[in-house]
Amino acid sequence: MGDWLRFIVAAIFIIGGLIVSGIATFGLFKFKFVLNRMHAAAMNDTLAILFVLLGLIVVVGFDFISLKLLLIILFLWFASPVASHLIARLEVAVDKDVKDECEGVK
Amino acid sequence: MSRQRSNYENTLWRKFERWVNGEDNSSMEASEKHEEKIQRISKEQQQDVVDFEATAEDVNELISKEKKRKIEALYRKYENWPQTKGIKIFTGLYRAMAVILCACIIALLLITVSYLPEFGNANNPANNEVPERYIENGIEETGAVNFVAGMILDYRAFDTLGESHVLFIAACCVLILLRADKKKEDKKKEQKKNITCVVADGNDRIYEPKNDKILQKIAFILVPPIIIYGIYVVLNGHLSPGGGFSGGAIIGAGLILYTNAFGFKKTSEFFTYKTFSTVTVCSLLFYAGAKSYSFYTGANHLESHIPKGIPGNILSSGLILPLNIAVGLIVACTMYGFYSLFRKGGM
Repeated sequence: MGDWLRFIVAAIFIIGGLIVSGIATFGLFKFKFVLNRMHAAAMNDTLAILFVLLGLIVVVGFDFISLKLLLIILFLWFASPVASHLIARLEVAVDKDVKDECEGVK
Repeated sequence: MSRQRSNYENTLWRKFERWVNGEDNSSMEASEKHEEKIQRISKEQQQDVVDFEATAEDVNELISKEKKRKIEALYRKYENWPQTKGIKIFTGLYRAMAVILCACIIALLLITVSYLPEFGNANNPANNEVPERYIENGIEETGAVNFVAGMILDYRAFDTLGESHVLFIAACCVLILLRADKKKEDKKKEQKKNITCVVADGNDRIYEPKNDKILQKIAFILVPPIIIYGIYVVLNGHLSPGGGFSGGAIIGAGLILYTNAFGFKKTSEFFTYKTFSTVTVCSLLFYAGAKSYSFYTGANHLESHIPKGIPGNILSSGLILPLNIAVGLIVACTMYGFYSLFRKGGM
């Protein structure tokens, strides 16, 4: 019973992660502007990977490997938003039409 | 000498060539014919109206206007052809060819996969006496728990020496091509001063956001763990997966992150061109010397007097640990050197 429960929880997590990843990839090709696309791509690096790795943690149980996976999640949640932030800043600095494309930029 | 065909202007090839070069054949011919016609008409008309010279001039004017209009209409007709139909045909062909090419490659790869030997089969060609010897005698002969490290840094250390030299030569070539010359830069600056107006550099570097607070905080947190992890991978190369190349790449990535966050001024406090050259050359020399020593004493560590240690300890497996460190230093320096050379042409 316990094994089945663990399997189902892990499967829900991993499939949820894959769905988020699919939506993000779709958005990456669908959106027109760089900032929108960057938002979609950042979803892939944070939320999708969080779900998939949580599912893997549930699969392996609590030991040294799951600690490593947690560290990977921590690292990615540190690094990926900062990378997106830098891309956004560069885009705002370089793109001349950015005022027409989005409202928030002054 | 080849003889030119008499009707060369009317051959298919010549027409195609003219079409490629943009000299429109049909419009030219048409305009010529049209001109002839107009001339004929004008001659007839001139003969008719010899007595009325004043009207003849008007007619000539009308005729020339007509000529111009016709040529312009023809030109307009063929001018838009590439934009309207040509691009459509080209994109259609391009897409079809891309799909066909992809399908061909996929089919080829799938066919190849079906001919591959079965995974894990004992009769596979890869499963011969060489890996058997590595697996059976590897720990005894090299002292490394990680077979791969034992293979690339002991049995086949000569190959790895060549790989390190490849990196070194690549760094030298990039240095030759990209290193910014100080004299030339000074000259350029003087020229700019003389011109006084601002010349666009064509360089994205000036637009880059600098001194980003968020990036600096994150780099402050992340760089030390990254570099410590790289050192761990290098030092544990003979015990766990990893080794000089991967660990060196991690250290180099950490250095690049540090540069991105804090700028070249901060990195140049501890990493200059001099450190780059000394570290790379010293590690390569150490590698070559250590390996030639073991080759000289019998290639298979017959009497090399280097203690193997107990397999599994951090200080074991003879030369593999120092060689891993040397390779790691080379790779880290080369990665960071490439980055800074491509970014600003110096270190």
